[in-house]
Amino acid sequence: MELRTDLQLISEWIRPGSRVLDLGCGDGTLLRHLRDSRQVTGYGLELDPDNVIACIDAGLNVIHSNLDDGLQQYFDDDSFDVVVMTQALQVVHYPAWLLTEMLRVGREGIVTFPNFGHWQCRLQLALGGHMPVSRTLPNPWYDTQNIHLCTFRDFEALCRQKNIRILERTVVDNAHRTSLGMRLLPNLLGEVAIYRFTR
Amino acid sequence: MPEPFPSDSVGLVTPARQHFDQPLELVSGRVLESYDLVYETYGELNAARSNGILICHALSGDHHAAGYHSPEDRKPGWWDTAIGPGKPIDTNRFFVVSVNNLGGCKGSTGPNTPNPATGQFYGPDFPIVTVKDWVNSQQRLAEALGIDRWAAVIGGSLGGMQALQWAIDHPDRIAHAVVIAAASKLSAQNIAFNEVARQAILTDPEFHDGRYYEQGVVPRRGLMLARMLGHITYLSDESMGAKFGRELREQKLQFGYGVEFQVESYLRYQGESFVERFDANTYLLMTRALDYFDPAADYGNDLPTALRRASCGFLVVSFTSDWRFAPERSREIVKGLLDADRNVSYAEIEATQGHDAFLMPLPKYLDVFHAYMRRVADEVGA
Repeated sequence: MELRTDLQLISEWIRPGSRVLDLGCGDGTLLRHLRDSRQVTGYGLELDPDNVIACIDAGLNVIHSNLDDGLQQYFDDDSFDVVVMTQALQVVHYPAWLLTEMLRVGREGIVTFPNFGHWQCRLQLALGGHMPVSRTLPNPWYDTQNIHLCTFRDFEALCRQKNIRILERTVVDNAHRTSLGMRLLPNLLGEVAIYRFTR
Repeated sequence: MPEPFPSDSVGLVTPARQHFDQPLELVSGRVLESYDLVYETYGELNAARSNGILICHALSGDHHAAGYHSPEDRKPGWWDTAIGPGKPIDTNRFFVVSVNNLGGCKGSTGPNTPNPATGQFYGPDFPIVTVKDWVNSQQRLAEALGIDRWAAVIGGSLGGMQALQWAIDHPDRIAHAVVIAAASKLSAQNIAFNEVARQAILTDPEFHDGRYYEQGVVPRRGLMLARMLGHITYLSDESMGAKFGRELREQKLQFGYGVEFQVESYLRYQGESFVERFDANTYLLMTRALDYFDPAADYGNDLPTALRRASCGFLVVSFTSDWRFAPERSREIVKGLLDADRNVSYAEIEATQGHDAFLMPLPKYLDVFHAYMRRVADEVGA
């Protein structure tokens, strides 16, 4: 199976044999890839029952829980090499707290999230005067799980404020490709960011 | 004769009996010189003997977990929703063993069987057995059946506690443990419920210090009360409300203490039918085994230390409306397993049926169960 490019990029950042926690692991695609290609062990945290079933079916360790409670309830300090959270930062209740939690239980964190500073979003808000709807943010404002949207610049400011050290950043478009433009003007042209960070 | 059973049933089953002469040393320090275990099996043991599944029953359960004892049976075994061809515990792939625990009242040696030393019923002389003792006796049965290692040990409630104890006590003999609607130890509230149930039995004038068999009576009222109380704790406020509400049997209030509300009628029926099929001494013993269960106690009261002994994979399942063994109690087990760095998956099933949900055909629950058991089957070459 072809792995999504963002997941491919993430897995390249994870050393073989690492212990990984995947927050909001979905159907376990990333964990399965990490297990099969990089001998990674660990757990997924997932709220959707059908995704939990898919993970069990794939032979993965999955804990049925929401992220806000799950991390605090289940995991001690320094339990993992890497804590991953793909496309979930914008749906949790306390993203800033969650980032520090990720670095409490893990040595490193990796997150991906959609960029609210992408030029299309800016254009729709500035000229159209309405909340942006795009390929990465397809739902209208009243019917979306995305309650904490941010731009890359916002995220990096938060990391500075929380003394979180960003180790790497890759910016891609909705199809998870990258380009020269995105590398030069990430906050304007990038649709999805992948950050690796540590304490 | 046309096949009277559903196609996903194991069909007609016959209990078997195994006698053990090797004395069993109990946690209490007492010794059972010899004993019998009654059990049922479903499916076929494969050539590698790797597809054995042990089913552990709960407080009022027995060895009859699936299928029918006769074509006239109205109801199948107590866990027929989970055991059978194509079901989560798929008898096309697994060899399933379901045993009546020591101290039970359905054929295995217990208070209502004769003590070989005296020729009289054991009654109150039957030693109090613990979950650990059950696990040891089940291990003897595994040896007798030629099963070195269970593909999985599975149980709900008190049965889940046995699965947990198996994982800790016999790590080399169990590949997976499925622990459903259980807890790693009882809370004070849970022990309190058990104590009220026991007092109901112990204070029944027909209890005769447990020697009621000789008197030709049973402590019917006490056992009935114990069951009525227990039954309330197995359901949820919501499920009782949905089933009975405040519905009356007659059209108007009677201003007396007879059966007026439908829920009263239901509880009395549950209590009365329980008296017909269960033994009061066994009920006392089973509730004590529940109270005493605390595997961490042997390991400095630290659950992760106890669970670090285990090497099997774990599936832990709880139900949202279960207040007898609430999801919080299952999460304690999960946390212990995570701290111990064991392989564990946990599912919290949305259900209105309370503790009894573990016996119900809830689609998400059966899907989780099925997915896990498919993986077990693949792993052990079943």
